[in-house]
Amino acid sequence: MDLRESLEPRGRLQVDGNVALLDATGLHYRELNALMRRLSAEGVENVELHNVNGQRYIGTGLKRPMNIIVRGTPGNDLGMFINGQRIFVYGNAQDGCGNTMNDGLIVVHGSVGDVAGYAMRGGRIFVRDDAGFRLGIHMKEYGGKKPIIVVGGGAGDFLGEYMAGGLILVLGLKEEKNECVHSPKFVGVGMHGGVIYMRGCTIHAGKNVLVEGVEDEDLKLIRSLVEDYFNHFNLDLRVNDFISDEFVKVTPSTSRPYMGLYR
Amino acid sequence: MRNRAASTYIVLRKEDKCTKCRACVEQCTYGVHSYNPAKNVIESKSWLCSNCLRCVEFCPTGALTITRNPNSYRMGHHWNHEAIMDVKRQAETGSALLEGMGCDGPNLTYWDRLLLNACQVTNPPIDPIREPIETRVILGRRPPRVELKPENRRLMLKNELAPYICAETPILLAAMSYGAVNLRVQEAMARAAIECGTYFNCGEGGLHPELRRYGSHIIVQVASGRFGVDIEYLNSGVAVEIKIGQGAKPGIGGHLPGEKVTEDIAMVRMIPKGTDALSPAPHHDVYSIEDLRQLIYALKEATEYKKPVAVKIAAVHNAAAIASGIARAGADIIVLDGVRGSTGAAPKAIRDNMGIPIELALAAVDRRLREEGIRSEVSIIASGGIRSGADVVKAIALGADAVYIGTAALIALGCTLCKMCYTGRCAWGIATTDAELSKRLNLEEGCRRVANLIKAWTMEIKEMMGAMGIDTIEALRGNRELLRGVGLTEGELRVLGIKVAGE
Amino acid sequence: MDWASRKNKFSSSNTLARQPANPQKIGTQCRGHHRRTRRSPDEITMFQHKDQRTASRICEKSISSCALFGLINLERRRVTCNEALRAISCMSERGNGLGAGFAGYGIYPHFTDAYALHVMYLDDKAKRKVEKVLMRDFQVLLGEEIPTRRARSTLHAPAFWRYFLEPARSKLQEEEASPDEYVVSRVMKINGEVEGAYILSSGKDVGVFKGVGFPRDLAEFFRLEEYRGYMWICHARFPTNTVGWWGGAHPFNLLDLSVAHNGELSSYDVNRRYLEMWGYKCVMHTDSEVISYALDLLLRRHAIPMDLALAVLAPPYWDEIDSMKCEDRDLLTALRRVYGELAMIGPFSIIAARHGEMIGFVDRKKLRPLVGGVRGEFFYLSSEESAIRLISPTLDNVVRPRAGEAVIARCEAPRAVAMLSTLNQKEV
Repeated sequence: MDLRESLEPRGRLQVDGNVALLDATGLHYRELNALMRRLSAEGVENVELHNVNGQRYIGTGLKRPMNIIVRGTPGNDLGMFINGQRIFVYGNAQDGCGNTMNDGLIVVHGSVGDVAGYAMRGGRIFVRDDAGFRLGIHMKEYGGKKPIIVVGGGAGDFLGEYMAGGLILVLGLKEEKNECVHSPKFVGVGMHGGVIYMRGCTIHAGKNVLVEGVEDEDLKLIRSLVEDYFNHFNLDLRVNDFISDEFVKVTPSTSRPYMGLYR
Repeated sequence: MRNRAASTYIVLRKEDKCTKCRACVEQCTYGVHSYNPAKNVIESKSWLCSNCLRCVEFCPTGALTITRNPNSYRMGHHWNHEAIMDVKRQAETGSALLEGMGCDGPNLTYWDRLLLNACQVTNPPIDPIREPIETRVILGRRPPRVELKPENRRLMLKNELAPYICAETPILLAAMSYGAVNLRVQEAMARAAIECGTYFNCGEGGLHPELRRYGSHIIVQVASGRFGVDIEYLNSGVAVEIKIGQGAKPGIGGHLPGEKVTEDIAMVRMIPKGTDALSPAPHHDVYSIEDLRQLIYALKEATEYKKPVAVKIAAVHNAAAIASGIARAGADIIVLDGVRGSTGAAPKAIRDNMGIPIELALAAVDRRLREEGIRSEVSIIASGGIRSGADVVKAIALGADAVYIGTAALIALGCTLCKMCYTGRCAWGIATTDAELSKRLNLEEGCRRVANLIKAWTMEIKEMMGAMGIDTIEALRGNRELLRGVGLTEGELRVLGIKVAGE
Repeated sequence: MDWASRKNKFSSSNTLARQPANPQKIGTQCRGHHRRTRRSPDEITMFQHKDQRTASRICEKSISSCALFGLINLERRRVTCNEALRAISCMSERGNGLGAGFAGYGIYPHFTDAYALHVMYLDDKAKRKVEKVLMRDFQVLLGEEIPTRRARSTLHAPAFWRYFLEPARSKLQEEEASPDEYVVSRVMKINGEVEGAYILSSGKDVGVFKGVGFPRDLAEFFRLEEYRGYMWICHARFPTNTVGWWGGAHPFNLLDLSVAHNGELSSYDVNRRYLEMWGYKCVMHTDSEVISYALDLLLRRHAIPMDLALAVLAPPYWDEIDSMKCEDRDLLTALRRVYGELAMIGPFSIIAARHGEMIGFVDRKKLRPLVGGVRGEFFYLSSEESAIRLISPTLDNVVRPRAGEAVIARCEAPRAVAMLSTLNQKEV
C-alpha cells in the first residue's frame, strides 16, 4: 500500500515545496515514520503533524535535517537516535523522549515522562514543565559534543544517574497551576562526568558527588541557557531576577566511582 | 598480613640455565620478576604469579617452570585451597572479588555427558571430504509459511521475508567490546569472520572507525551503557544485538575500569578519558517485556527494518519463559549465554553462582518455543562454554541454530586463561588496551589462527554430520534423537529431552 | 466378489447406517483374533508405545528397509490389486515379513463423498472411546468391521473397523473449519489421545490395509481380492530395530494422501518436532509417518505446488540455489529458510499418492532406488524394474528419477507422466 497516495487525495497530507502538513490520526508508527523518511528524501524540511497520539519513535531514522512540529501526544521514544533534527511538541511527551539522541533539538511545551535523554550524546532538550524519573541518565560527552537538558519545573529521582558528561539544568519553576514537587532523591548517583545545576530544591545527592554553590562561570552558562529557555517558551520573566536565585551545582567527586569496590 | 606462604603458584628458576637476559622481567606484566643488580640475580615474587606462562614462553634457555605450589592449605573438600585464599584476599582488601573469564565450577559441563549417534547399515554415512555437507545457517525471523502468487505465468513470493543474515558455518564470534579487548583483537576477529563467511559481534563498546570497513561481517551490540550508539553505528553492521545480560554476570551491568579507557576508547564510547565506563544493570528504557518490544522496534525503525535484531540474555532459571516473551516481542534472534560464558571482569560471586548451564537452558527454551509453536519463527544462538566442534554439534542437536564462541577464539589468539583480564595488564596483549602491550599481538597471525580454528571446527562438524548421515544443518537442529545421555539423572534427561545411552 | 456388492450385507443388524443413536450400538464388541486373556509379547509392546510416549515425550523412531510398488490407471479404470500384489511379492528379498500394506484408491464407489476412516483397535475400550467421538462430531453413514479372514502370520491381528462419515454440519460451522481441516483435527486427536486406537486412513474413496506379515498374507487377511481400485500403492517392510507392529506398516495416510517410503530419515526428529508445532501427532513410531504429514502441510494447508513441495522435501544444495537466477533464488532460499526442518535428510525413495496423481521421488543424493514404467494407460513405480517387468514385460517407456527429481503421473487433464525437477517439468 502506498500511504502517501492514499492520504493526499483526502487532504490528510499536504506537501507544498519543502513544507508538509500531515494528519496522523490512526496511523501506525511504522507507517508514519516511513512516510516521514520518504518526505525527507524528497526534500521536505518542515513537517507539521496533527492529531499525533501514541505514535512512537517520531523523527527516528531521518537522514536529513528536518523541523518537526508535533501536535498531540507523541508516543514513547520521541526523537530516539535523532541526528540534527528539531522537534517541537505542543503537548506532553511520554517516556524515553530523546533516547540516545545524537544531535538536534527537542522542545516540549509541556512535560516529559520518565527516562528522558537517556544516554544522550549531543543536542538539546528543553522541557517547559516537569520531567519524570531518571532524567538524563548516562548522558555522554566527548570533544565538542555536549548534550544539554533544561527542565523548567521539577524532575524525579535518580536524575543524572551514571552521568558521564553533558549538562542538566533544572529550574524548579513553580507555577500556581502546576505545583510540582521538586525534591529529587539520589541525584547524580554513580555520576562520573558532566554537571547538574538545580534551583529551588534541597539536594538529596547520590554517593560520590560534590554539591557546591555556583561560580561566576557557571552563572554565565546558566544565564544563556535560561535565556534560551525563555525564548523557546515565550515566557515573560526577567532573567536577571531569576538568575540571582540560588543554584547548586552537582559534579562527580571522582571519575572512578567503582575503584576499590572490587579487587 | 602477607599471604605468601601458600601462594597458588611458584616460579622455579634453574639458576644454572638463567643467563640474566631479563626477558622474563620484560614480559611479565604483573611484576613477578625483577632484576637485582647487587646480587646479579633475577628474583621472583611467586605470590603475584597468575600462571599466564608468558615468561616461560619467552625464556630463551628454558630456565623457568611455573608449578602449583606444594605448600597448600590443609586439603579439604569444603574449605579447599581456593575458598581459603579468597577469604584471605577479602580480609585484606575489604573488596568484592573480581575475576576474568568464565565460571569453571565442577559438574557444570553437560557436553561431556552427551553422546552422538552414528550411521550403521540402515542409513549410509556421508563422506564429508568428497560429498557436499552444508553448514550454512540463516539467522533471522522466519514467517510461519511461504505464500506464493502467480506472476508472469510463474509463481513468485507473495511478500518479502524479514531480513536475515547468512553464515557459512554455525560458529559466530561472540561479543568482545573495544575496551575489554584492544583494537587488534577486534580486527583479527573481524577479518577471521570475513575469511570464514561468518560474523563477529563488536560488543557494547561501539565500533571504531577503523573497523567499519568490516561491517558486512559485524553484528553491532546495544547494551545498557549505549556506548558509541548512534544511527550510523546501528547501520554499520549487518544485525543489531540488544544485550540484556551475559552468562558470566547475569543481572548486573559492567564497568570498564578507568585504566582501560584510553583516548581512543573515550572517543569511540563518547565518555571522558580515564573514567570508569559504567554499564547500568538494566537498560533504563527496558523495565518490562513490553519495553523490550519498544527498544526492539526503535532499533528496527533506526535501521528501517533492514537488519535483524537479536536479544541476548543470560541463561537463568526461567529462561524458557523469557525467551518466549522475547520471541513475541519481535526479536529475530535469541542469544542464550550460559553460566560458563566468559567476561573481561565480573564479580566472582556472581560469575560462579548465577545462571544455569547452556545445555539445560537451550533444551528448555527450544522445547518451550516448540510447545508454543513459534520455535521456527526465531533463531537461537547458544553460547557460554563451547570448546570444540563436538560441542557445536551437540548444541545444534539440542536446538540451537548457531553458536557464539568467545573463550575458544581468545585461546586461538594466545590466551592462557589466567583470568587476569580485569587488570587490563594482559601479558599476551589481548585483554588490554595498553598501547605497548597491545603490540604483543600480531594481527596477521592472530587473524590466521582464529580463522584456522573456525575452519577446523567446521571440518569436524561436517565429519560428525556425515557420520550421522546428515548433510544440512537444518536436519541437525533440534534433532534430539541423535543424542544420548550418560551419567545423568532422570530429571536432567527430561530437561534435555534425550534418552539415556542404550535406550 | 466386489466389495460394493456386499454392501447390503454389511448394513445388517450389527452395523449402523445413518443411526446416530447410542454409540455402543455402532457395532458389536471388537471381535478380532486378538482377544485372549494373556497378551502376546507383541501386544504388550504395542500397548507400551503410547504410554512411554506420554511419559517422556520422546518418540521412537523405527528404521526400515523396504520394497515399494505403485500402479495407476490413468483412465481411472478400476482393477484388482492382484498385479500389484504379484509385483510386490516378487521383491520379497527386500522385506522380512514384519510389515506390509496397501492403499487402494477408488475402492468405495458407493461412498465417494464420505470420509472413509479405517481404524485399528487394540481393545474394546479404545473402540468405545473413538466411537463416542465419531458419533459426537460426525454424521456416521456406515460403521462396520472390515471383513477379514485368518491368514498365515496374521494370528495376532488387532481389530479393524471402518466408518463412512461426514462432519456434523453444526459443529463444522461452529469451528469455521474446512471439512478436511475438521477431519484432520479429529484424526490427530484420536491418534494422539485415545490409547489403543489408530486411524490408518481417512480420505474419501480411499482405504489403507496394513499390518504385520508379508504382502500376500495381508492381502489374504483383508480379502483384498474383493476390492477394485484405479490406483494401488504397496509396500513390503524390513524393519530393523523395533518389533514389527501393525500400526508401523506403510502406507501412511492422511485424507487422500498416502505415502510409502523406503529408507531411513536421519532428520526424523527434526521433521517430527517441526510438524508437532503444526498440530500433527506422530504416533506410529516410524519415520515415514512424517512424510505424509509434511506433504499434507505443504500441499493442502500452505498451498505449495507439488514441484516446490518436493524442493522442500529434497532441497537443492545452497550452491545450486546461489547460482540460480534472481527470482528462483529468492523463492528457493525462502523455501529452505522457512521449511528447512521439513527437508528429509537420509536415503529415501518415496511413492506418494493423491486422488488422480501418483508421484515417485528420491533423496537429493540418490541413495535409494526407484524406477517408473509406462504401458498404455498404466503407469508403474517400483523399487526394482523386475517387479514391473513381471506384470508388464513390455513397456512403452522406462523412467528413472535422478537425485532430487520426481516422476509424476496425473489422470486429470493434461493427463501426463512427467519428470519433475525443481522449477522444471518435462513430459516423458
